[in-house]
Amino acid sequence: MAMTVHCDIVSAEEEIFSGLIEFVSVRGSLGELGIYPGHTPLLSEIKPGPVELRKQGGEEDIFYVSGGFLEVQPHKITVLADTALRAGDLDEATAVEAQKHAEQAMADKQGEFEYSRAATQLAEAAAQLRTLDAIRRKLGK
Amino acid sequence: MAVGKEIKTQIASIGSTRKITSAMEMVAASKMRRAQDRMESSRPYARSIRGVIQHLAKANPEYKHLYMQNNDLKRVGFIVVGSDRGLCGGLNVNLFKAAIGKMKEFNSQNVEIDFCAIGGKAVSFFRNYGGNVKAATSGLGDAPELEALIGSVKVMLDSFNEGKLDRLYVVSNEFVNTMTQKPTIEQLLPLQAEEDDDTLNHHWDYIYEPDARDLLTGLLTRYVESMVYQAVVENNACEQAARMLAMKNATDNAGNLIDELQLIYNKARQAAITQEISEIVSGAAAV
Repeated sequence: MAMTVHCDIVSAEEEIFSGLIEFVSVRGSLGELGIYPGHTPLLSEIKPGPVELRKQGGEEDIFYVSGGFLEVQPHKITVLADTALRAGDLDEATAVEAQKHAEQAMADKQGEFEYSRAATQLAEAAAQLRTLDAIRRKLGK
Repeated sequence: MAVGKEIKTQIASIGSTRKITSAMEMVAASKMRRAQDRMESSRPYARSIRGVIQHLAKANPEYKHLYMQNNDLKRVGFIVVGSDRGLCGGLNVNLFKAAIGKMKEFNSQNVEIDFCAIGGKAVSFFRNYGGNVKAATSGLGDAPELEALIGSVKVMLDSFNEGKLDRLYVVSNEFVNTMTQKPTIEQLLPLQAEEDDDTLNHHWDYIYEPDARDLLTGLLTRYVESMVYQAVVENNACEQAARMLAMKNATDNAGNLIDELQLIYNKARQAAITQEISEIVSGAAAV
C-alpha cells in the first residue's frame, strides 16, 4: 500500500478536510508544489488556486483556496486557507462574472488602491476558473 | 378591601420582572447554542495554526523573527476581551479581577502596561479604572467579524514592531461548559514552546517560500489575529451561557419572593376577616 500522511485543510470558518492522503499539490507563491509523505519541513504562502489531493486508496479530491499558508512536516501537512471551498460548490457562471467584473474594474481604474483590489479579484476569479477546468479534465478522463 | 394593597402591587411588579428575566433566559439559551456553534466551527483553524506556531517555536530557524525573540521586560500589552452587554453575572468582574492580579505582578516588577479593550464592558471598565488604553473596540454584536478586530490588533502589533511592547497577552474567558467559564491569560508574543512534545527535539529548520521574513510576518500576524478572534468568539459563548444562568437564578428568586409575599398577603387577609367577624359577633352580643 502507498505511504500516507495526515493532512488538514482548515479555513477560518470551518474544517474542510482532515484525513490520510498519498499526495497533494498546491500552488505555492514560487510555483506549483507537489508533496508526498516524508517531505522535509516547509512553510509557504499559497496563491489562489486548486488544492488537489489523492486520498488513501487513490480517490482524488479538489478544493479551491483563495490564499493562505501551507505547513509541511514529515508526518503532517496543514493547509491554513483564507477561504476554502469544496470544488464542487464552485459556480462557473459566478466565476466568469467575477472575472469580467474585475477586468472591467481594471480597465477604468481610478487609484492605486482600486487597481490592487481589482487585481486581487481578477486573480481569484481566474484561479476559480482554473480549478473548474481541473475538475472537468478529471471528469472527462 | 384595603388590606394588603401594597403587597398586591409588589407581587404584580415582581411578576412582571420575572416575565422579563425568563424571556431573557430563553433568548440567551438560543443565542448560546448559535455562539457555541460559531466557536466550534472556528476552532479547527485556531488549533491548526497554533500547532504550526508550536512547531515553529521549536524549530532552530536561521532567521529569528521579532515575534520570536525574548527581550528584556519593560512594557507589556494586554488585550482584554470583555462582553458588550451586562446582566451576565460575574463573568466580566471575574475576568477583570484576573487581569488586575496579573497587572499587579507586573507593576511590582516596574513593568508598564498597555491595554487594548475589546467589548463594551471592557472599554467602560478601563475608562473608570484608568491605565494606558491604546485601542478599543466595542459593539461587535452576536456574530463577531474578524475585520472588526483587525484594527485594534494592528495597533498592538505595531507597537510591538516598534519595540514599545515586549510581550503581548490576551485575557478572555474560556468556555469550559455551560455552568463554568474560566478567566484565562494567554501569552501570544513572543512565541513560547510547550515542553510536552519531544518528537521535534533534533536540530531542524523549515524551507521558507518566499523568504523567511515576509512569510513569518504574514503567518504570525495571522496567528495573533486568529487567536484574538477565537478569544472573542469563545467569550461570546461564555457571555450567553453566563447570562442564561444569571437570568435563570433571577427568575427562580423572583418566584420564591412571589410565593413568600403571597403567603404574607393571605395571612393578612385572613386576619382582617377574622377581626371583622369577631367585631360583628361581639357587637351583636352587646345588644
